[in-house]
Amino acid sequence: MDQNDNIDETKMLRDIEGRLGVFGRERGSLIPILQMIQEKYQYLPKGALEIVGRHLEIPSAEVFGVATFYNQFRFHPPGRHPIKVCLGTACHVRGGDIILENFERKLEIKEGETTPDQEFSIEKVACIGCCALAPVALLGETVHGGMAPSKVEGLVLRIEVEKEMRQRAGKKEQDG
Amino acid sequence: MRVKNPKAVFQEIHDAAAGRRASVEKQAVPTVHLGMATCGIAAGALETKKAFEEAILERGIAAVVHPVGCNGHCYAEPVVVIDHPDSGFPPILYPNVSPGKAKMLVKLFLEEGDPRFEHILGATVENEMIPWVMEFSRFSKETRIVTRLCGQIDPESIDEYILKDGYASLARALEMEPADIRQEIKASGLRGRGGAGFPTGEKWELAAQADGGDKILICNADEGDPGAYMDRTILESNPHQVIEGMAICALAVGAEKGIVYVRAEYPLAVDIVGKAICQARETGLLGDCILGSALHFDIEVFQGSGAFVCGEETALIQSIEGARGMPVYRPPFPVESGLYGLPTVINNVKTLTTVPPIIEKGAEWFRGIGTPGSPGTTVFSVVGEVVHPGLVEISMGVTLRTLIFDICGGIPNQKKFKAVQIGGPSGGCLPEEFLDTPIDFDSLNEAGAMMGSGGMVVMDEDSCVVDVSRYFLDFTQNESCGKCTFCRIGTRHLLDILSRITKGEGSREDLSCLKDLSRAVSEGSLCGLGRTAPNPVMTSLKYFEDEYLAHVDHKKCPGTTCRDLTAFYIDLETCARGCDVCVGCCPVDAIFTTRTRKKGIDQQLCVKCGECKVVCPPEYDAVKRISPAEGVPVVERLDKE
Repeated sequence: MDQNDNIDETKMLRDIEGRLGVFGRERGSLIPILQMIQEKYQYLPKGALEIVGRHLEIPSAEVFGVATFYNQFRFHPPGRHPIKVCLGTACHVRGGDIILENFERKLEIKEGETTPDQEFSIEKVACIGCCALAPVALLGETVHGGMAPSKVEGLVLRIEVEKEMRQRAGKKEQDG
Repeated sequence: MRVKNPKAVFQEIHDAAAGRRASVEKQAVPTVHLGMATCGIAAGALETKKAFEEAILERGIAAVVHPVGCNGHCYAEPVVVIDHPDSGFPPILYPNVSPGKAKMLVKLFLEEGDPRFEHILGATVENEMIPWVMEFSRFSKETRIVTRLCGQIDPESIDEYILKDGYASLARALEMEPADIRQEIKASGLRGRGGAGFPTGEKWELAAQADGGDKILICNADEGDPGAYMDRTILESNPHQVIEGMAICALAVGAEKGIVYVRAEYPLAVDIVGKAICQARETGLLGDCILGSALHFDIEVFQGSGAFVCGEETALIQSIEGARGMPVYRPPFPVESGLYGLPTVINNVKTLTTVPPIIEKGAEWFRGIGTPGSPGTTVFSVVGEVVHPGLVEISMGVTLRTLIFDICGGIPNQKKFKAVQIGGPSGGCLPEEFLDTPIDFDSLNEAGAMMGSGGMVVMDEDSCVVDVSRYFLDFTQNESCGKCTFCRIGTRHLLDILSRITKGEGSREDLSCLKDLSRAVSEGSLCGLGRTAPNPVMTSLKYFEDEYLAHVDHKKCPGTTCRDLTAFYIDLETCARGCDVCVGCCPVDAIFTTRTRKKGIDQQLCVKCGECKVVCPPEYDAVKRISPAEGVPVVERLDKE
């Protein structure tokens, strides 16, 4: 398993290195490069920051400093079902923190973490701009408005059930 | 140097667009206009669109679905306007169109000609059959300049914008001298809509006179306030008006390069603006020799990475240069030495979007709208406890009362108004006596709030101003870039004190400490973030001191919001025997059945999420929330072992 991860990471870093060619070597390319990597892999692998530093001829500490400054960048891979809970003003007034807490309790992880099976991750975001639907949570790309604690249960349960059904179907195929 | 007459070139472009549109519109079939901006999509517009398309195909009807931007009526999303000329009805606006409703409308209205009156909000033109939307104050009391075309045209079609006289102002500006354009903007009294209200004409004049290389124009769409989304809506609904405003500004100040700095968190806006720039370039409205003139101007998009402080212009420049977005000392101001040391004009999206109408209709017309000190309009995103939340564009000088009660429909559920928070994390919290304050830069500053980003949160009697102040401090504390000690450490301590108070651990000394520290943070910070960060605390302390005192002295939250100071219990008088709704919904199994088969809440387990209060059937309404928490009646749990 570990070995697999290593192979994947090497492959990933090689791929990232290949994509840097289109970017100039000036400092102004730094943020667009980081955005490109994150768009491709959903997070910034540690090794990638070093590659970017080499490309721009700046210390990787500088790259790290810029990357950590901005909210957009993530340093761990998100779960297969990333959950984003909106904590914008309207959602706060309507109890967004309660929704966050329910996800945390239900999945037994804290905000910013990923479940051990890599299935779910929880993040908080500041306003996704559909305040009339507050409180709001994003599951993947889908917006769920008018969230309530029982809806949290329902959403998580649905994904777990779907996963189980897929597994069963896969098993049947294997058996049959 | 001018090769051709810009107006003649523009006329050619206009005619070509008209020709293309005519071939589309010639079919004269029913059209379904569907709001497809982020907020519409969040409310399910994609599913609705699919339902319309499928039903139209299935029934073999000749009808088209026309995606448009957002018209600001968030409470009614997904919003649909159906224009069915053959039915004899005017174009009709339907709110909250679910896929089911979409299928029903295709069958009954498009096919059979019955508009289903029970689902109608109003007609979009005056007529004798259906109430015209302009008869409702949510529509009639708005003054739309910036958002005039939002929700009416397809943002991805430059032709539609051109046919609404788009880019005509640019053609007109190309026939003016740059100095005259600047004079016109100065005469209009337009003030920067980013929040601070610096006169735009003056900024342009400074930029025009600055020397030191090629000039750069940046459109600031780094909308960071967690409750304001008007810039995004404008970019998503009518990007060409922003581009036109930028081109006019470039002409006036002599810039050749423009940058739209938009948050990466707005993927749809990034996408739409990018497409719009390409279209404008292909049409000859950007690039070399715009409309046959000597003007060279092109725009690129830079995606901001989500740091609230980057709304500040020097921090924004730092981030484009690839550094941490930390503000730097001014002067030199960006208009003298900005991006890469070049003179840089930075204007907000709304400011630039206001420019084409001013050039079209003149400074006199613009001065006729709004107040003498703040002419024009302003866009607010009104959220929180109002009946009709959404984006509202009003002329400056309209009172808060008109905005909240007439336009947005007041407070729902017969609750009382408590406060309104204006301007997001930099703004302030105003009580009822300020409801008749006119909304303009100077009046709001005087009241201690500020125009800021245009976010507005309305709070009813069940909200807690201390909690809202804590929320904003939590935000600014997180977003402080860390450069100035007072901002970095001061906001942290302000937050700690406020958290203590909301937990019932505050003291009277904390209140005086809040006041002193607020002043210190405000004075000891370099940029607007730190200077205005204490505003929510200072204004709420000034106008709602009794609420703070209730938290400190009596451990009581008058709005029953602060969770540590409140408790839920079930009123055994009204609880119904045998009803188990609350038991089923409680996420932590804190609700138990008492000996009388009514319900009780185990205070040790309860996490105070309030779900039981929501689900308790209204005829019982047995779940109560009280503050202070000590006042909760004790019900013994017998099933626990």
